[in-house]
Amino acid sequence: MSAGTQLDRPKAAFDPASPPTGTEETCGHPDGVRATARIRATYNGRVTTLPELRSDGPFHLRRMRTGGRAATVGVIGAMSAPLGGDRLALDITAEDRAELDVTTAAATLALRGPTTAPATYDVRLSVGEHACLRWLPKPLISAADSNLHQTCTVNLAATSQLVLREEQILGRANEKPGHLVSRIRVHRAGRLLLDQHTAYGDPEPGWDGPAVLDGHRAVGQLLVVDPELDLQRAPVLLRKGTKDGCAVLAPLAGGPALLATAVARTSSALRELLNEALGHAFGE
Amino acid sequence: MHLDHPVTMPHRHAYSPEPLRADRGLRAFRVGLGGPVGSGKTASVAALCRTLRDEFSLAVVTNDIYTREDAEFLLREAVLSPERITAVETGACPHTAIRDDISANLEAVERFDETLHPLDLVLVESGGDNLTATFSKGLVDVQIFVIDVSSGDDIPRKGGPGITTADLLVVNKTDLAPHVGADLATMAADAERQRGDLPVVFTSLTSDDGIREIADWVTGHLARWRAKAAA
Amino acid sequence: MSRAALLLLADGRFPAGGHAHSGGVEAAVAHKAVHDIYSLEAFCRGRLHTTGLTTAGLAAAAAAGCDPLLLDDAADARTPVPALRAVARRLGRQMMRAARATFPSAELDRLAAERPQGAHQPIVQGLAVRAAGLTPKDAACAAAYESTGGPATAAVRLLSLNPLDASRLLARLSAETDTVAAAAADAAARVTTEGLDVLPSASSPLLDITGEQHAAWTMRLFAS
Repeated sequence: MSAGTQLDRPKAAFDPASPPTGTEETCGHPDGVRATARIRATYNGRVTTLPELRSDGPFHLRRMRTGGRAATVGVIGAMSAPLGGDRLALDITAEDRAELDVTTAAATLALRGPTTAPATYDVRLSVGEHACLRWLPKPLISAADSNLHQTCTVNLAATSQLVLREEQILGRANEKPGHLVSRIRVHRAGRLLLDQHTAYGDPEPGWDGPAVLDGHRAVGQLLVVDPELDLQRAPVLLRKGTKDGCAVLAPLAGGPALLATAVARTSSALRELLNEALGHAFGE
Repeated sequence: MHLDHPVTMPHRHAYSPEPLRADRGLRAFRVGLGGPVGSGKTASVAALCRTLRDEFSLAVVTNDIYTREDAEFLLREAVLSPERITAVETGACPHTAIRDDISANLEAVERFDETLHPLDLVLVESGGDNLTATFSKGLVDVQIFVIDVSSGDDIPRKGGPGITTADLLVVNKTDLAPHVGADLATMAADAERQRGDLPVVFTSLTSDDGIREIADWVTGHLARWRAKAAA
Repeated sequence: MSRAALLLLADGRFPAGGHAHSGGVEAAVAHKAVHDIYSLEAFCRGRLHTTGLTTAGLAAAAAAGCDPLLLDDAADARTPVPALRAVARRLGRQMMRAARATFPSAELDRLAAERPQGAHQPIVQGLAVRAAGLTPKDAACAAAYESTGGPATAAVRLLSLNPLDASRLLARLSAETDTVAAAAADAAARVTTEGLDVLPSASSPLLDITGEQHAAWTMRLFAS
């Protein structure tokens, strides 16, 4: 996960000329890392426990100390990932009545790696009845020449609570971003609540134009799902212009959910917008 | 799509919409008010509302150039309660919204028919436009074109679809005629040449009861339309 | 099937309310993000590959005979801000009126009865295309074209651009528009085997944010 490599990756010959092939789309690059880490939280009647905490590949999972009934897990980068050709997945389940917080220790840096083939990074979140999951990872940085297909698939029960934040930083300082394709799909009580697909960086057409990002390099979302939410209110607009970033927080159509969408020049400005949106979501 | 072709006659729908609503009740009578900017359309609407509101159930749709300005004037003047006034955005083409693509205005008047019971009369005010703007017969039952003497006494002579075909031509601000050197007799003669038997009212809306003749014309048409619909 | 029927449905003069909507370009002009023909082209390209692709998929799926009510839910899930959902439903009502008058069909009548407040516009458009005896690809093409034709026309009015430049811009985008329409129609063809998730959900953060901003303006020329 983090930029700091702690474990050796499988040895791979670096060959920038090797073109991606069709089979890599589905099977991953032979040099790529395949890893699926799992977190499963349950409620034992008193506190939330973690019967499954399976680290894998770049995902090193660590139980954090907490008070109260919630459990907290930190995802710590055990090697540089995702690189081109990697197939990474993170399954997080909060079973009925469990309360789980998951964070990442450092930003996730998508790099080119030994191949230009896309890496995939699939996050699957599942939240049971009366359970609560807060998935608040650090930003994903799409570095120059990287190629990442990211998905976030969320399944919620009717009484689930969710706070989800996604931040994407397009390029490190003064570099062109890589190619970053993301899709988020959220189902609640079997019904589709949100389905969004974004694609940034070359060769996507129009991604940096005035209809999509208009030069902003930090883009993010905050999704709050909570059956107790007060949805009978006007959308909140943060910052009136667009030049220095702006955001909207508004209810979704299909359930008790608020979504903030923000664009900004920098990751810190983006976080500020999303934090403000979070405050508004919880009625401040 | 900009459809204002001043050299051609405006396209008209070949039919008038049914006077009956889906539940077989009579819908409201629809009157369009058009005319150039500043001629007194909004003042006419305000005066009609004040004159008719005690006797009839009224509503107003405005088609502002810059959204809601006219609607807000009417709200400020409190000529009707707020739920009886609505604005339609026209995408910088006010004539399109009343003539070529009337769907947004139809939505607005039909919404009044659904939400305000009983409703006798809906006034649809166009955004200030040039002399070619007319209402589609698919939107209104009758239309009034409002001009004023201060914009030049040659306007009736110049004609244009609004002047020649409106069911009623109103020449407003007659009190200003001596100050702007407008010849009312010439205007009347030109209007008659352009319009044949179609009526023309000369008035000053700022005078006491300057709206009376227009209000009587509207209520007369409303009564005839109802009688015809009931037959 | 009649080619001319497709031209009728895709014509900006089809009386379905589109002339009063700028597709987000009025907000972009206010923010000075669109200020000339080049920035307008960039805007149109971005809108084509986001909103255009998504609406083309929905329109094609409706034209292919997918359940319009399920598609309407899918459209809601793909439209996260209320202002743009309201616009889509309002334009859907207006499109419904025009479509039922021009290409009467029991399917349109049924959807009108089930969604009296309006279904999302591309779904009504897809059903109209179907009623006209045209193909899902035709529906996708009409929706994709509209995603750029509307903003281009609005920008001509807002910025007094040369309309010939705007037409040339749309002509330059026509091959890309076809590509987007083909991708949308391909996805729609897979719905029966793979489900509605296969439909595009391409989105743009700025169109969502500025769409909601624009709805809060008190002075504006366009409804969206």
